[in-house]
Amino acid sequence: MLDLYQAGTSPVHMLKPGWKILCLAAVGSALFAVDHIGFSTAMLAATLVLYRIAGLPLSRAWGQIRPAVWVFGLIFAAQVIFNSWIIGLYVLIRLAVLLMLAGLLTLTTRSSDMIDGINAGLGPLRRIGVNPERVSLAISLTLRFIPVLSHVVHDVREAQRARGLDRNILSLAIPAIIRTIRMADEVSDAIDARGS
Amino acid sequence: MIDVQNVSLTLGGRSVLRDISLTLSERRIAIVGSNGSGKSSFARLLNGLHLPTDGQVLVDGLNSRSDGRKIRQSVGFVFQNPDNQIVFPIVEEDVAYGLKNHGLSPAEREAKVQNILQRYDLIGLRHQPSHTLSGGQKQLLAISGVLVMEPRYIVFDEPTTLLDLRNKLKVQQAIASLSQTAIVVTHDLDLVSDFDRVIVFDEGRVVADDHPDTALRRYIEAMQDA
Amino acid sequence: MTTKDTVYIALFAALTAALGLIPQITLATGVPITAQSMGIMLAGALLGAKRGGLAIVLFLALVAIGLPLLAGGRGGAGVFFGASGGFLLGFPIGAFVIGFLFDRHAGRPPFLLSLIYVLIGGVGVVYLLGVPWLAQVADLTLGQAFTGSIAFVPGDIIKAVLTVIIAREVRRALPDL
Repeated sequence: MLDLYQAGTSPVHMLKPGWKILCLAAVGSALFAVDHIGFSTAMLAATLVLYRIAGLPLSRAWGQIRPAVWVFGLIFAAQVIFNSWIIGLYVLIRLAVLLMLAGLLTLTTRSSDMIDGINAGLGPLRRIGVNPERVSLAISLTLRFIPVLSHVVHDVREAQRARGLDRNILSLAIPAIIRTIRMADEVSDAIDARGS
Repeated sequence: MIDVQNVSLTLGGRSVLRDISLTLSERRIAIVGSNGSGKSSFARLLNGLHLPTDGQVLVDGLNSRSDGRKIRQSVGFVFQNPDNQIVFPIVEEDVAYGLKNHGLSPAEREAKVQNILQRYDLIGLRHQPSHTLSGGQKQLLAISGVLVMEPRYIVFDEPTTLLDLRNKLKVQQAIASLSQTAIVVTHDLDLVSDFDRVIVFDEGRVVADDHPDTALRRYIEAMQDA
Repeated sequence: MTTKDTVYIALFAALTAALGLIPQITLATGVPITAQSMGIMLAGALLGAKRGGLAIVLFLALVAIGLPLLAGGRGGAGVFFGASGGFLLGFPIGAFVIGFLFDRHAGRPPFLLSLIYVLIGGVGVVYLLGVPWLAQVADLTLGQAFTGSIAFVPGDIIKAVLTVIIAREVRRALPDL
């Protein structure tokens, strides 16, 4: 499946997805509650240690931040202008810890385990009308539809290029959307036909 | 035995089928007719996907109006476009889907899935994403997903229309080897030449119902006259 | 909730993901826009409040568990903690609001009204959550955070117009969606 998982057998990998999510939420809240740069820096160090325990190179931790580097730059610049560079540094460290920890969750947990975790977690919500089987059906269907729709989107763009850019993309997109909705109708019939 | 009694069907204000009565008990039954003749709607009546506007459909005595769930378990349905029938992203997940609500143990489920995948030469693809299969493999996967539930009847809605010749032959072979009753809606007259019975639909009515030779000859004549 | 509702929810979650694959276009102002937020607007306008909102919740759930479905191939729980986390949380609520406004009409609302609805949910609600979040995470004032975000608004307006045109045509073809 198309996920970001890095296989491994470390304690971080083995921890149940539910616990990992809980830890992430706890650290995230603590970072904002304990409003101190010393704490944030300690958490940063702890996070990097966790990456090593998970057997991941520190470049992986950096990889979590890299896509957001320009946002980091903007935030830092704004803080330097409006407050001070030390506050800017503090804000960046806090943000970096959050991104790296969340990234660690993603890197060490298989999507399918996470989906199972979600389904198990939804069990108690049955009482308020959430049907875990429906949810897992919807998740599977989405994963099933993504390649189909990526294909549709690709075809529409290609057709537009082939006919010249003056051609209105809407005249291609609208029929494509209508077709996919009709497809969904038949998929729905097929699910009913298989007695769900 | 599927018993269709005085069935009429109106969809979206349009009369699609008019007063059809048929008893389907042969092992291989073909439903042919031109586009818009009502044959696909007829197929959908047989497992309760459509409910008749008038009259009733009985499958082994069960009424599609009141026993829809049971009927869908005994009448499997294979759609024209396998892409629209494959519900799950991974091949084996899709085959296992229908079994989920059957109260089987994981081991029993696994055995059934494996058995079917072997039968249709899909076992090597069981962990593959289903969208990467070829058209013919997809249709065989769709058939597997239906067969694994061991229905007594299987309705096919134009199963070969979207396939090339090689894949068409594979599907034809798959249908021929079924132990169940097969009801096949099709334009493909080669596919049904050795069937037990051919029913011809036109404008929502049955216009011929006979052995393949006779029925198909009348169908071709009628099309040429029109 | 029927099987068809479940399938539609999955379809629009997948559509939102697929729209994220379109390479972003850079406006004359130098601000990148992606097609992804059109998925949010379309889900609300075509599926209504409940199904539209759930479609986007489902999309974000898949992002959260680590599928790289956000525009630019991003995914994982981290994106929710980043500077744009509030905008992401605003997505399902925005879709819900758009759907809620459309649901109040029996048929298709007029063009201009539809556009206003899409702008309220798809831009208004999303920024209402996104800007304060950005301010909190980046330790900025609301005014500063808003100034930093306003460059994206022209792109959002273009997407809202496209959404309304598409949604009206699709609803005409499939009135009982």
